[in-house]
Amino acid sequence: MTKAELVEIIAAETGVSKKDTAQIVEQIMDNIGRALVDGDRVELRGFGSFKVKTRGERLARNPRTGASVQVPAKRVPFFKASNDLKGRLNGKG
Amino acid sequence: MTKADIVEDIAQRTGLTKKEVAETVDLFLDKIGDLLVDGRHLEIRGFGTFKVKERKERMARNPRTGDAVPVPARRVPVFKVSKMLKDRVAAKSAEPTI
Repeated sequence: MTKAELVEIIAAETGVSKKDTAQIVEQIMDNIGRALVDGDRVELRGFGSFKVKTRGERLARNPRTGASVQVPAKRVPFFKASNDLKGRLNGKG
Repeated sequence: MTKADIVEDIAQRTGLTKKEVAETVDLFLDKIGDLLVDGRHLEIRGFGTFKVKERKERMARNPRTGDAVPVPARRVPVFKVSKMLKDRVAAKSAEPTI
């Protein structure tokens, strides 16, 4: 499903216009994105949480040359589904 | 940050009522759940993809007793972060976030 299809379905149920719904949906992503860039955690009850994990610096090898290269520490966004959502996917709730 | 914070922010930015925004945000999350239950996925450009992965049955151990117990096959919701969002987050230098 695409964002546009989802917007259509939501607008039909809420009575909020498609234009406004699309704007809200866009802003949801923006908010989550901004929070993650700032290193903040976003918790959406019953759905899941978004946060940033920090991966430490590590030594890796270039598989072609075998040379060791230092991979710098890096921040990675991450989503953890709620137990609710996990349960729903397996026929609970 | 919680859903209430997001609703507040969006209501302010758009001039829509908090009620309209809250309803839309709730329904948005509900519908993503529904479509994952149906085994469908949702791709949001520049943000990421919500989808379902199948996990096979495997044997695990009860860490207390050491007994082998089967973990049944199950479906797990996953979110694959878009490259764009990954890059935006990585661009801020790695420093302790807490």
